[in-house]
Amino acid sequence: MPTLSDSFLTALGLIVSGDADLIEIVALSLRVSLTAVLLAALIGLPLGAVLAVVRFPGRGLLIVVVNALMGLPPVVVGLVVYLTFSASGPLGVLEFLYTPAAMIVAQTVLVTPIIAALARSTLADLLGEYDETLRVLGANRFDVVATLLWDGRFSLATALLAGLGRALAEVGAVMLVGGNIDHVTRVMTTAIALETSRGALPLALGLGIVLLLITLVLNAVVLGVRNRMEAHAHA
Amino acid sequence: MPDPTPRVIPFQPPRPADPPALRIEGLCLSRSGAALLNGVEMTLSPGGVTALLGPNGAGKSLLLRVIAGLIAPDAGRVIVPRAMQGRIGLVLQRPVLLRRSVAANLRHALALARVPRRHRAPRVGELLALGNLEALADRPARRLSGGEQQRLAIIRALAANPLLLMLDEPTAHLDPQATHAIEALVARVTEGGTKVILVTHDTGQVQRLADEVAFLHQGRCHEIAGKSAFLTHPESAAARAYLTGKLLL
Ligand SMILES: Nc1ncnc2c1ncn2[C@@H]1O[C@H](COP(=O)(O)OP(=O)(O)OP(=O)(O)O)[C@@H](O)[C@H]1O
Ligand SMILES: [Mg+2]
Repeated sequence: MPTLSDSFLTALGLIVSGDADLIEIVALSLRVSLTAVLLAALIGLPLGAVLAVVRFPGRGLLIVVVNALMGLPPVVVGLVVYLTFSASGPLGVLEFLYTPAAMIVAQTVLVTPIIAALARSTLADLLGEYDETLRVLGANRFDVVATLLWDGRFSLATALLAGLGRALAEVGAVMLVGGNIDHVTRVMTTAIALETSRGALPLALGLGIVLLLITLVLNAVVLGVRNRMEAHAHA
Repeated sequence: MPDPTPRVIPFQPPRPADPPALRIEGLCLSRSGAALLNGVEMTLSPGGVTALLGPNGAGKSLLLRVIAGLIAPDAGRVIVPRAMQGRIGLVLQRPVLLRRSVAANLRHALALARVPRRHRAPRVGELLALGNLEALADRPARRLSGGEQQRLAIIRALAANPLLLMLDEPTAHLDPQATHAIEALVARVTEGGTKVILVTHDTGQVQRLADEVAFLHQGRCHEIAGKSAFLTHPESAAARAYLTGKLLL
């Protein structure tokens, strides 16, 4: 039985030497989560903007629902997406289950409410401040939304980064719909879970370290964005 | 010009002709049971500066918002001369500048006013010169001093060449020099033919800038008169009390 420090050293070795399995897993994680965040942004940003700017019946309820969905447990999302794509499910014919496509869909479902809710609150605050000024200057509703998106771009970027962090860190959804199949759907979090349970600590630790580093970089980027906001008098 | 050849004009029911000046008729606005504007009636002189005076909470800022079309009144109407329609500028009591540079604030106002792109840059230059803000063009607007921000808000409101410019206490909190700069700017704007409505608590400023004065109290216009008549012989009891600092709220 290797000691913890042996495992740690082996893990570092895997990272430094660019172990093929490790790189494949990290690459798939990034591909799945970045794609999911991109899709979630395409849905969540317009949704957040509409919820912030347009008044329509049921808007309050929809805001409550979107905010509640922010805290959705990943396994529940995984379960719903699993049922949707299972052979007898409504979208079973797509045969997405146990492919990265299903994982992307699951993480998109997970992240969209986060981006929509954060975007809505950012844009609603900004609208409260800008609304009269923009209207006096002759802005129509489209101009208002465009102005809010541009002037809120730093906060919106941090919302996307928060979504990416959540997608990269979740296990439950990708595990259920991806199945953690070696070389097919194995990502960092599912690999860590499996390797740890198998006692293969070096790969688990190596992936853990990479995940931690990615999280650190994400947070550094968020900080950098905030500093840029300051520099642009965006606070 | 009156038509020199007399003609027989058949009877027509009176229709709202294009008024020469801004008219406000029976304007009412309530919020949660409180009457904030309570039948405001006034006809402003077509040109020059109309000072809007009145104690805190009289409804001055609300009246400007209704005139600008930001708030729909519960009753009554604002009759805007045809030429003025869509050409109304308002600088709020607390102006909101966009999170952009000084020049970008002006560019954005021009874009919202549908000024063609190629005309924007030269117009930004003119406006910066007018506000004496050329040196600050690239600075973040929200980092400017209070007086600089006021000047920027005013030239931004002037971007689309309004024919009516409304300024809500533009010199409150400003030092004498900044106040002078803004008063000079207002004088230039009126020389260009733009009607100005100026909310102020400064009777010195009324003396220097205004042509007429409207006095608002408890959501009602108690008096509208020429400047010197108003300052020396206010007709309404409320205005008399206000000018001598004895108005009971
Ligand atoms: N949205 C609102 N809802 C309820 N009351 C309001 C609203 N806006 C303004 N009021 C009230 O209407 C009254 C008039 O407000 P307004 O801002 O027009 O006063 P003002 O004459 O501009 O005063 P000041 O000299 O202090 O700026 C105030 O009593 C204010 O509290
Ligand atoms: Mg006011």
